[in-house]
Amino acid sequence: MTVLHSAPRYAPFDGVLETLSGALGADVISAREQHGEIVIHVVRERIVEVLRALRDTHEYQQLMDIAGADYPSRPERFEVVYCLLSLTKNHRLIVKVSTDEATPVPTATVLWPNAGWYEREVYDMYGVLFAGHPDLRRILTDYGFQGHPFRKDFPLTGYVELRYSEEDKRVVYEKVELAQDLRQFDFMSPWEGADYVLPGDEKAGEGAKP
Amino acid sequence: MSLQLEQSPTTGDEVISNYTINFGPQHPAAHGVLRMVMELDGEIIERIDPHVGLLHRGTEKLIEHKTYLQALPYFDRLDYCSPLAMEHTYVLAVEKLLNIEVPLRAQYLRVLFAELTRICNHMLNLGSHVMDVGAMTPNLWLFEIREDCLNFFERASGARMHAAWFRPGGVHQDVPLKLLTDIADWLDTRLPQIFEDAMSLVVDNRIFKQRNVDIAVVSREDAIAWGFSGPMIRAAGIPWDLRKSQPYDVYDRMDFEIPVGTRSDCYDRFMVRVEEVRQSARIMKQCLAEMPEGPVSSSDRKVVPPKRGEMKQSMEALIHHFKLYTEGFHVPAGEVYVATESPKGEFGVYLVSDGSNKPYRCKIRPTAFSHLQAMDFMSKGHMLPDATAILGAIDVVFGECDR
Repeated sequence: MTVLHSAPRYAPFDGVLETLSGALGADVISAREQHGEIVIHVVRERIVEVLRALRDTHEYQQLMDIAGADYPSRPERFEVVYCLLSLTKNHRLIVKVSTDEATPVPTATVLWPNAGWYEREVYDMYGVLFAGHPDLRRILTDYGFQGHPFRKDFPLTGYVELRYSEEDKRVVYEKVELAQDLRQFDFMSPWEGADYVLPGDEKAGEGAKP
Repeated sequence: MSLQLEQSPTTGDEVISNYTINFGPQHPAAHGVLRMVMELDGEIIERIDPHVGLLHRGTEKLIEHKTYLQALPYFDRLDYCSPLAMEHTYVLAVEKLLNIEVPLRAQYLRVLFAELTRICNHMLNLGSHVMDVGAMTPNLWLFEIREDCLNFFERASGARMHAAWFRPGGVHQDVPLKLLTDIADWLDTRLPQIFEDAMSLVVDNRIFKQRNVDIAVVSREDAIAWGFSGPMIRAAGIPWDLRKSQPYDVYDRMDFEIPVGTRSDCYDRFMVRVEEVRQSARIMKQCLAEMPEGPVSSSDRKVVPPKRGEMKQSMEALIHHFKLYTEGFHVPAGEVYVATESPKGEFGVYLVSDGSNKPYRCKIRPTAFSHLQAMDFMSKGHMLPDATAILGAIDVVFGECDR
């Protein structure tokens, strides 16, 4: 595909995908190049070894970010995505593992000290556990917050709201009360993409049956 | 700062125990809402535990519930000191997934305003850094420049700060010619005058140097391991600038230098930013000289809405307008990580699309997260007042750090 966009252009990926998937061997579940990004899905238990090999022998020196993502339909619903940067080869790489609520991912803090806060953030937002993390506290949410807000089944409005109470002379937490329902507009075209029964169409399928 | 003693104070020759103080969350030198729990031995910092997240608004979650175009204004509100630089990363990420061509004039306009944003951001940071270590006047002078920058944003987009002017496929509106000539005049007259005046008060100032030289020295190895980027990694002597190494838009046509530091202390970080302002002015002059005429946004009507005038004439344009402002455009499924050189360092967007009109996941990589994390090891062994200098030289903004 010809590149039309003007997004950051780094060194070409010629042969990088083959070299890396050859070098990592059985640890790779899948590897693909799409939209100009190399995405390598690896075995969860081996993530530290994979990242160490990428850092030490393949010159991906910097860990720029760790992102979480939630896909509730999958058996292992969470993805932990490591974005690596090579300063010498001028490359970027996306490495990811999948996990569920209960299975911990080995921590990357043994390789990069800045993984500490990134993993704390993934834990805070998604509830993914990191085995061996020295200080796995919540980071962005309130002190004493319950739940993991970026999960797809967590409502956008949340469960509690807080205000200063004049009677109690302190901040009080209360259940969220909405004056009207949260309006989730769905602008998907009914001809393409909408995979639910449209209002008024409930009986559409019945007549077709004999 | 509230003071709490962990144990009762002792007198005479007895050992004085460490005590813990709260720096922030409401402290003018914290550059926002940062709470740092500091463990002090006398005035020496033993340990710092920064508590972030007091400005967490769940931007990433909100973006998942908006169409691609509706998500754009959230980026202005991340780093409110350099709004257009945040938008730049996001529109490039969307364009990368769409693989859409952006007209040359739009690319020049984006680079021009991204560099204006850099100047705007550095004015705030340099000014507040010198104020944190005791000088008042430069901050007031640099705010003059910042005010000029904000006026230019207003004339281009109608908003002083939250411009929402970069759009997937180009920019929202063309700029009037008078604005470009005014920016050119400003680059030749007001900017160098005020900026060099203000810097002449600071850079060789004895007190300023005493407060900054050899404070928070970070080795090259540490800078790489802690994920530093932007002026923080350049001050450590690594000539790494995404505008140069991974050029986007028309940065590959620009002729500019990357300043690097030699000692990797707070003074170097300050001076790297000072030189970046001059280089940004240089890039802006090249943009103004080379900018071609032509359209300012892509002609792909499935992504970029038509102009108002066209809608009065064409049924097709009216339909496109309606569809784009209700349903929005669909982005091919896939994932990209796009990072640009924001004034503070590498600002990245990890964007996952499921092929619908809303982002499935939009992870924002803030620059401050990795820098602030290093606060603990950078301040170890320094005096309490040095913490403000270190924090000023990191250049953190909590809209971006906490998202």
